Amino acid sequence: MAEPERQPMSLPGGPDAGEGAPELGPDTNALEPALSAAVSPGTEEPTGDAKKKIDVLLKAVGDTPIMKTKKWAVERTRTIQGLIAFIKKFLKLVASEQLFIYVNQSFAPSPDQEVGTLYECFGSDGKLVLHYCKSQAWG
Amino acid sequence: MTDDKDVLRDVWFGRIPTCFTLYQDEITEREAEPYYLLLPRVSYLTLVTDKVKKHFQKVMRQEDISEIWFEYEGTPLKWHYPIGLLFDLLASNTALPWNITVHFKSFPEKDLLHCPSKDTIEAHFMSCMKEADALKHKSQVINEMQKKDHKQLWMGLQNDKFDQFWAINRKLMEYPAEDNGFRYIPFRIYQATTERPFIQKLFRPVAADGQLHTLGDLLKEVCPSAITTEDGVKKNQIMIHGIEPMLETPLQWLSEHLSYPDNFLHISIIPQPTD
Repeated sequence: MAEPERQPMSLPGGPDAGEGAPELGPDTNALEPALSAAVSPGTEEPTGDAKKKIDVLLKAVGDTPIMKTKKWAVERTRTIQGLIAFIKKFLKLVASEQLFIYVNQSFAPSPDQEVGTLYECFGSDGKLVLHYCKSQAWG
Repeated sequence: MTDDKDVLRDVWFGRIPTCFTLYQDEITEREAEPYYLLLPRVSYLTLVTDKVKKHFQKVMRQEDISEIWFEYEGTPLKWHYPIGLLFDLLASNTALPWNITVHFKSFPEKDLLHCPSKDTIEAHFMSCMKEADALKHKSQVINEMQKKDHKQLWMGLQNDKFDQFWAINRKLMEYPAEDNGFRYIPFRIYQATTERPFIQKLFRPVAADGQLHTLGDLLKEVCPSAITTEDGVKKNQIMIHGIEPMLETPLQWLSEHLSYPDNFLHISIIPQPTD
């Protein structure tokens, strides 16, 4: 799927890289600092966290906006639900808008599924590729 | 000698006698009698409880009713887990009927997914099937099916039609003769004693030396604590569909015969009852 290169978006209030963000447990859902602490740009991830976090590559489908930063280091215990909330915030979608996440361009994992488990089963080349879409893309 | 195919029927028609009771704090206009139902193990709570919902809503005022949810001894019941799994994990070794409490308010957002309609259940079910086939056949079998085949799988489950379901599902259970099994076995292991979600990893049905992997091999690899013993006494029960399969059972056979309709083996690890 070809993705057009775009100019960097300006992201006031977007997620920071996680530096200085308070350490919060993975279950601290819905709190914005927890999201930015749990998801950070993959390139700036210190190697010491390599075991706790996995690399996730986020790809847009159809007319869903792309993200300037595609590769993210995500805590293994982060759920699909948490990731959806993060992407929606990043793309500044309103809460009522739906966002679907697909693995292998085939199935939508259940919102409570953890990315670490999906990585174990469907990761390749050291990363998990997820497609996101504002409408149902694959059955 | 019974045919292995009989196992499929036994699994499909497994039922759990259940007593639904309205939560004491729900506001009713009349007394709410308990409601009894035989729940199909392979189905989903929100798919088979329309009658339960109607029964309790009869004695309630419209404004006191929001999304229905179920609870057993303080634990909210996930509608997106098969019923048999919920029972094995939470209520094995307790007296029947299974006592489930019905709620119409204070939806536990943290613990449960919303289930606005049957379409939500269908989407979840089909997604699980696709994930399972991604593991079994790199998605080749499910992708080669037509839309109407997918619909038939769902309708078979929804309407409790064994033959309708298995006419299609058998294709998902096939594998090339030279392979001796699926690529990977779709399984999820749940532990009653932990808050952590299930364990799911890549595990092949056949070892490098050609030996068939067994249930015991799987547990030793991905959840060794499940099969530890203390002074020769096993500490846990390994439960699928309410039975404890022998640990020597080949995993490929279990996958073909004891998988739920979503094509996953849902395995519960529960503490051995001490009496």
